[in-house]
Amino acid sequence: MSTSANGNGALSATRATEISKLDRVVIRFAGDSGDGMQLTGDRFTSEAAAFGNDLATLPNYPAEIRAPQGTIPGVSSFQVHFADYDILTPGDRPDVLVAMNPAALKANIADLPPHGTLIVNTDEFTKRNLTKVGYESNPLEDDSLSAFQVHEVAMSTLTQGALAETSLGKKDAERCKNMFALGLLSWMYHRPTEGTEQFLNEKFAKKPDIAEANILAFRAGWNYGETTESFVTTFEVAPAKLAPGTYRQITGNTALAYGIVAAGQQAQLPVLLGTYPITPASDILHELSKHKNFGVLTFQAEDEIAGIGAALGASYGGALGVTSTSGPGIALKSETIGLGVMLELPLIVIDVQRGGPSTGLPTKTEQADLLQAMYGRNSESPIPIIAPQSPADCFAAAIEATEIALTYRTPVMILSDGANANGSEPWLIPDVEKLPDLRVTFATEPNAADGSGEFWPYMRDPETLAREWALPGTPGLMHRIGGLEKADGKGNISYDPDNHDHMVRLRQRKIDNIAVPDLVVDDPSGGKARVLALGWGSSFGPIGAACRRVRKDGMPIAQAHLRNLNPLPKNLGDILRSYDKVVVPEMNLGQLAWLLRAKYLVDVRSYTKVAGLPFKAEELQHVFTDIIEKEVVSR
Amino acid sequence: MTATDLGLPTLQGGLDLVPHTDEPQKAKEYKSDQEVRWCPGCGDYVVLNTVQSFLPTLGLKRENIVFVSGIGCSSRFPYYLNTYGMHSIHGRAPAIATGLATTRPDLSVWVVTGDGDALSIGGNHLIHALRRNINIKILLFNNRIYGLTKGQYSPTSEPGKVTKSTPMGSVDTPFNPVSLALGAEATFVARALDSDKAGLTEVLTAAAQHRGSAIVEIYQNCPIFNDGAFDVLKDKDEAAQRIIPLRAGEPIRFGREGEYGVTTTGWGGFEVGKVSEIGEDNLVVHDPSIPDTAYAFALSRIGDQHLNHTPTGIFRQVQRPTYDDQARAQVEDARTAKGPNLQSLLTGKDTWTVVG
Repeated sequence: MSTSANGNGALSATRATEISKLDRVVIRFAGDSGDGMQLTGDRFTSEAAAFGNDLATLPNYPAEIRAPQGTIPGVSSFQVHFADYDILTPGDRPDVLVAMNPAALKANIADLPPHGTLIVNTDEFTKRNLTKVGYESNPLEDDSLSAFQVHEVAMSTLTQGALAETSLGKKDAERCKNMFALGLLSWMYHRPTEGTEQFLNEKFAKKPDIAEANILAFRAGWNYGETTESFVTTFEVAPAKLAPGTYRQITGNTALAYGIVAAGQQAQLPVLLGTYPITPASDILHELSKHKNFGVLTFQAEDEIAGIGAALGASYGGALGVTSTSGPGIALKSETIGLGVMLELPLIVIDVQRGGPSTGLPTKTEQADLLQAMYGRNSESPIPIIAPQSPADCFAAAIEATEIALTYRTPVMILSDGANANGSEPWLIPDVEKLPDLRVTFATEPNAADGSGEFWPYMRDPETLAREWALPGTPGLMHRIGGLEKADGKGNISYDPDNHDHMVRLRQRKIDNIAVPDLVVDDPSGGKARVLALGWGSSFGPIGAACRRVRKDGMPIAQAHLRNLNPLPKNLGDILRSYDKVVVPEMNLGQLAWLLRAKYLVDVRSYTKVAGLPFKAEELQHVFTDIIEKEVVSR
Repeated sequence: MTATDLGLPTLQGGLDLVPHTDEPQKAKEYKSDQEVRWCPGCGDYVVLNTVQSFLPTLGLKRENIVFVSGIGCSSRFPYYLNTYGMHSIHGRAPAIATGLATTRPDLSVWVVTGDGDALSIGGNHLIHALRRNINIKILLFNNRIYGLTKGQYSPTSEPGKVTKSTPMGSVDTPFNPVSLALGAEATFVARALDSDKAGLTEVLTAAAQHRGSAIVEIYQNCPIFNDGAFDVLKDKDEAAQRIIPLRAGEPIRFGREGEYGVTTTGWGGFEVGKVSEIGEDNLVVHDPSIPDTAYAFALSRIGDQHLNHTPTGIFRQVQRPTYDDQARAQVEDARTAKGPNLQSLLTGKDTWTVVG
C-alpha cells in the first residue's frame, strides 16, 4: 500500500496524480437518512475549516427521523461550498455529487451540471432499490449519466472488507461506509485528516471498537483513492485570504446560543431560557443547556406558552429571560409577548423560521414570519425585530437584541431561519474585551413625581422612554404591574380614555425611537447603480453573490441588507427613493416589500420564492440583470 | 440516556432562603393604596383579609414576597396587597411564577388563581408546576363559576347547572381540584373555606413553610353569579354533618358529637359511616405524610360535588426534591467544576488563523 501514516498518524498522499488547482468547489453528500450524511458533511466542513478555506454549508434533511429506507422522502443531503476567497452562499449546484444509493441519485442528479463529478456507491444499486424509487433500468448501466464524470465505487463491500478483521458484524461494518466516502473525498481534495480521526476517537471514546472501525473505513476510503488509479486528478483549493484573525466554523444556532451566553455575561445577569423543543430551534436549547457554568438555566417547559411565561417571570425577577422557538411556537407565545409589551420588561424571543403555514416544512427554511413578528399580537403591540444575515451574524444579533431589550425594557424578536440555524461558515472569533458593556441600572430609590416617596413603576427615562425597573426584593419599592392598562407614571390601573390613547402612542414611540444603525449601501461602482437589491435575513449571501455576478457582467447594482426590521433605519426612506428600481427578494410572498410600500410609498419590486430552500445566486442574477436591462432608463 | 445522581439539596422549609425580619409587622402594612373593586359580599374580601393578617406572621421581609395571578376576579388579588405583584394573563401564572421562583430563591412566590384560570385555560401549567414541585404556593379560589365574564359554567360547576352558556343545564363533568392535584403528585394539597379564617390561616401557614409546590383550594362564594354555592358548609347544623376536618395523627371523624367517621372499604377506598357502627378502632387515622398519593386521593374522593361530605385541611404533605433547587444546584456544580471563561467558550477547540 502506498499510503503512509506520518509521525502523528495523519494520512498523506504519495501517488502522483494530476493536481488541478481550483478557486472553489461545491460538494454534496447525499444518502439515506440513516447513512450519516449530516455527520459526513459536517466533518468535511471541519476539514475545510481547519485548512483555512472560506466555506458555507447547506444541510437538507427530512422531517422524519427515519423515513422508509431507500426512498426519495428518506434522502438526506449536506452541501458544502469551500473556496480560496470569501464566498457568500453554500453554492447553487454541486460540482461533486456523492450518491450513496439510487434514491439519493434520483433526488439530486438534476442539480448536477454537465461534466460534474458523480461518485456512487454501486453496492446499493440493486434491482430492489432501483425499483423502489422508480428506476426502470439501472442508470449506471444505461447512458442516462453520460453527461457526468461517473466514479463507481463499491463502498459497502470495500468498507466491509476493510473491517473484516475487526470484531464488528457485517451489518455494523457496512454502516461505516459514510466514513469511507469521507476518506475518499478527503483524499481527492487534499484535506487534512487528523481532525476527523481525533473527532472519531472522542465521539466514540466509550466504544473504542466503533471508533477504530470508523477510522479504518475513513483510511480505507483515502487509500482507495490513493491506490486504485481510477481517479487521475486530485484537487487543491488554497486557503482563503480572509480578514486577519483567528477563525472557527460555526452554525447559526450555536452562534445564537453563544450570543445569549455572552449577553448574560456582559449584562452580569443570570440567563433563563424557557423553551419547548421545536425544529429547527431545538439546538439552541441543547447548546445553552451545556453552559450552566455561565449562570445559564435552561427550562424545558410543558409547552411554548410556559416556556415564554417562565422567561418573562425570570425577567421580572431581574434575569435575562429568553425563549426560543419557530413560527408555530411564536403563534402560541403571542399573548405573552403582548404582556411583555405591557409590562415593559426585557425579553428575548428567538424565532428560527421554517416553512409554513401550520406544521409546514419543519426542516426547510423560509422567511415568512416577518409580518407575524411585526403584527402577530392583539392591539397595538410593537416590538423591535432583528434578523441575522448569516450563521455567524447570529452572535452579534443576540448581543444587539439583548442591548435593546435591556435598554428599552421591551421584548425583542430575533428572526433567524433554518438556513442560518443549520448552515455554517467561518467566524472571526470576537475579542471578549471588545464586547459591549450591557450592565443595567435597577431602581433603588422611590421616584414618585409627586414627591410622595412612593415608587412609580412607569416613570421613564426621558431619552429612551424606558421605564424604571425595580426588582422584587428591593426595600421600599413594592409595586404591582399587570396586563391591564396603567396610568402613565404611577402605573395603577387606568381606564381613562385619554390615558389609554397616550399610552398606546407612548409604547409605539418608545420602539420607533430605538437607535439603530443607518443602512449601509454597497455599490462598488461609486454611485452609478440605478438598481438597489434590498433583502433581509439569511438571503444576504445569495443576494450578495448575485450582485457580484451582475457587476462582473459590467452592470452596476447596489446592495443593502436590513438587519433591523423594527424600527427600520432612519435613512431607509431616502435610500429607497434614490434608486430607479428597488428589488426585494424574499422567501415569502413579499412581506418586507409590503411593509416598505406601506411605509415609504415607494414602488419596490418584489421577487419571491417559497420553496423551502435558499435562493440560488444564479436565479437572482437573472432577476437583477433583467430589471437592469429592461427597466432602467440610463441617465 | 443515563440517569445521574443529582446530589439532592437538603433544604427543608419553603422559606429557608427568604430573608426574615425581626420587626413586627401589621396587617395594615400589607394593604395597598388601591381601592378594592370586588362585588359587595364577594368571598374574595374575606380571603384577602385573612391573607393580610396571616402574612405578617411569617416574619418575612415584605419586599421578598411576590404574588402572581392570572385572569379572573380572584386574579385582581395582587393589586390589593402591598408586596411585589404581577397580574398576568389567563392561566399562565404558574408558568411565570416558575421562572421567577427558579431564578430567585430569596422570594416567597405565591400564585393566585381561580377555577377557570387554573383548571381550564391554565390546566396544563398547573399540573406541571405541581409535578415539578416548584417552590411556589398556589391559592385556587374555587367559586364554581366564571365571574369576570359574567356567569358561564366553570370546570368545577356541578352537572346540570343552568348558566348563561348552559341554558338547558351543563353536561360537563367537573374536576375535583384536590383529586387533580394529587393525580399530578403534588406534595402539598389542602382545602379551606373562605369564611373559616382560622382553618384557612392554618393551611396557609403550613403551605408557606412547605418546600415545593403547595396548592390550597379555597371554596369561595360568588354572590352575583353563584350565590350560596357553599352555604351548606357555612350553616352551623349542616356544616357539622358535612365538613370532615383532617388533622394529622387524629382519627378522621366529624358530626356534632363526632358521631361519624371515615373507614376503609374492602377495595382500599374510604367511606363514611357512623362511628358506632364502624367501631373507633376501625377509623382511619389521618397521616398526610404517606408517600403514596393513593391515600390522599382516596380521601379526596369522599367529597362530592353536592358537598355532602367535604374533607378540609391538609390532605397531603410530603417532602420531595424541588425542580428549582435542583436546577440551581446544577448551575452551582457546573460553576464549581468549570468557571465561566467566555473567551475560551467562543474560541472552542478547532480554530485557524489568517495572517494579514
